Amino acid sequence: MDTTLKAGTAGQDNVDHYTNILYQMQLIRRFEERSAELYTQSLIRGFLHLYVGEEAVAVGVMQALTGEDSILSTYREHGHALARGVDAGRIMAEMYGKQEGCSRGRGGSMHLFDASKKFYGGNAIVGGHLPMAVGMALAAKKQGKASVTCCFFGEGAAAEGEFHEAMNLAALWSVPLLLVCENNLYAMGTAIRFSHSETHLEKKGEGYGMATMVVDGMDVLKVEAAAKQAVDTIRQTGKPLLLVANTYRFRAHSMFDAELYREKTEVEEWKQKDPIPALYRYMKEQFGFSEAAFQGIESKVEEEIKAAIDFAEKGKWEPVEELTRFVHSETQTN
Amino acid sequence: MTYREALKQGIRQVLQHDQRAFLMGEDVGRYGGAFAVSKGLLAEFGAERIMDVPLSESGFMGAGIGAAIGGMRPIVEIMTVNFSLLAMDQIVNNAATLLHMSGGQVNVPVIVRMGSGIGRQLAAQHSHSWEPLYAHIPGLKVFSIGTHEDARNFLPAIFDHPDPVIIFEYTSMLNMEAELPTEPENVNTHLAAIRKTGKDISLVTYGTGVYKSLEAANTLLADGIDVEVIDLRVLRPIDYTTVFNSIRKTHRAVLVEDAWGSVNISSEISARIMENIFYELDAPVRRLGGVEVPIPYPKHLEDASVPQPADIINLVKNSMRHGGV
Ligand SMILES: Cc1ncc(C[n+]2csc(CCOP(=O)(O)OP(=O)(O)O)c2C)c(N)n1
Repeated sequence: MDTTLKAGTAGQDNVDHYTNILYQMQLIRRFEERSAELYTQSLIRGFLHLYVGEEAVAVGVMQALTGEDSILSTYREHGHALARGVDAGRIMAEMYGKQEGCSRGRGGSMHLFDASKKFYGGNAIVGGHLPMAVGMALAAKKQGKASVTCCFFGEGAAAEGEFHEAMNLAALWSVPLLLVCENNLYAMGTAIRFSHSETHLEKKGEGYGMATMVVDGMDVLKVEAAAKQAVDTIRQTGKPLLLVANTYRFRAHSMFDAELYREKTEVEEWKQKDPIPALYRYMKEQFGFSEAAFQGIESKVEEEIKAAIDFAEKGKWEPVEELTRFVHSETQTN
Repeated sequence: MTYREALKQGIRQVLQHDQRAFLMGEDVGRYGGAFAVSKGLLAEFGAERIMDVPLSESGFMGAGIGAAIGGMRPIVEIMTVNFSLLAMDQIVNNAATLLHMSGGQVNVPVIVRMGSGIGRQLAAQHSHSWEPLYAHIPGLKVFSIGTHEDARNFLPAIFDHPDPVIIFEYTSMLNMEAELPTEPENVNTHLAAIRKTGKDISLVTYGTGVYKSLEAANTLLADGIDVEVIDLRVLRPIDYTTVFNSIRKTHRAVLVEDAWGSVNISSEISARIMENIFYELDAPVRRLGGVEVPIPYPKHLEDASVPQPADIINLVKNSMRHGGV
């Protein structure tokens, strides 16, 4: 694995950059692990879908985006939200259902929104956000903005009609859209070989005359490099691009999943490709990154998560009298 | 027996009864069923009879319709009613209309089961009560499973129906236990069921409203109010005879459902009561529906958004005070 990571120069800038990437992946990992615990304590309810194992995709792709770019995601979006810089405390408060949450508690784990970060959900209808992403990219184009819209979805979503209609429109209208397919090989319990007649998903992009790329989603530096190239291309051409990131989720689909559909040995094999230790090993070799430095990341992450939980715990329940708010826009009185 | 097990027994029975029957849906097989209703059936019946399908609600719904026309007896599971909206075109424009448009030549014996209901903190996109939407469509038979008895017996009973049947199952009830007789009884597939007889007021409900209303009725009995609880069961076509006969006896009606208050099943029933037996009433018909808001995630707000036994009790008492006997 280490050899597949592209060698960088040992300049301080690089060290800082990689340290930050490692920190972000670790933040997502620990945040997810703590979420699972909080779920078993019934502090987080509803559905909870963890991203453990896939961190390199969110963090790698996010390196290529600026604050002007927009992001849409699925119900497995905590990782994307954290990598985007949505405040961990507000995400946690959302999962608790508190009114301090990033969606005011009304959305929960599957519906994280933060418009100030241009993070537009959090959609729990598989494929539902793909046409919306096309529209957001179209709006940017019409307004002459340089921004790119980035849309994350699973390989399962690529079987939906919504995917195909979105692909056609995106290519037809030439909109600046980065479609990131996180191919983790399973849609709930259905393996890709049982859900796609063509399992090389990039070919679906080719069918629409769209530029495509494939990347090893377990290697954060490769994802970053691919995403930067993809976003550069989109900014230059103004056209959409399909980036397929091959990855794996180490945990079950959701907290209800008994995982009857895959072998434990398969999961263990993929865990050998864990992107976090891989980057750590690489940094050790390249820059002599130390155990102590890694511990530093760990403590920072731990503190941040502790603060997030604290924030969520201290949050308030929205009064029942406000139940019917946000059904229609509230007119602002000055 | 749990509601889940009762549903599974019904499915197993039809699979054994008719070789043309097969179950198709997302994750019904290898995963074990999204809500474990079909767990074990893949091992029992094999992949030809328990078919996992890709995420493609419109596609596999249409395929189910085609298979039905082609002589099979597909049972299409749509994981939850929320996702059925992606298949709505197939259900409305094909399943419900082909018989009519073909001048009676092409019937569509497809059965569509979907998980439904509010109450597991799943937020708006996984929580709606879409029964009224389906009850609106001519050509469909729409059924709502509010009891364990119907969970086990309805599917086998309706199986030979020649036209499309939509069945609502409630995910919040899956783990609920209830006693069932060991011998499956014959179930009437077109009548409403009186779940509790009473003389003072008629309470009309369906789905998750049934057990909630029975709970409220038991409490009210202690207060000296004898409620008759009617489970509509069939939401299309609605059995008005049972409803009207009950009101002719009690002279009062309260209508309860989880679906949003405007333009729901209760609005329709209320209108029919006015049109047909207005002079039987001692008090205005009262309705209790869901609060008109996309269902929020936090438990206290979710609970506040659908009728609870306490709300039912209040409304019944309120109605009893009105008019005087
Ligand atoms: C339209 C629709 N159908 C079904 C579901 C239920 N469901 C939720 S997640 C999921 C699997 C999605 O798989 P994939 O797109 O590969 O994403 P992953 O979970 O692997 O990240 C399914 C079937 C849904 N939420 N929406």
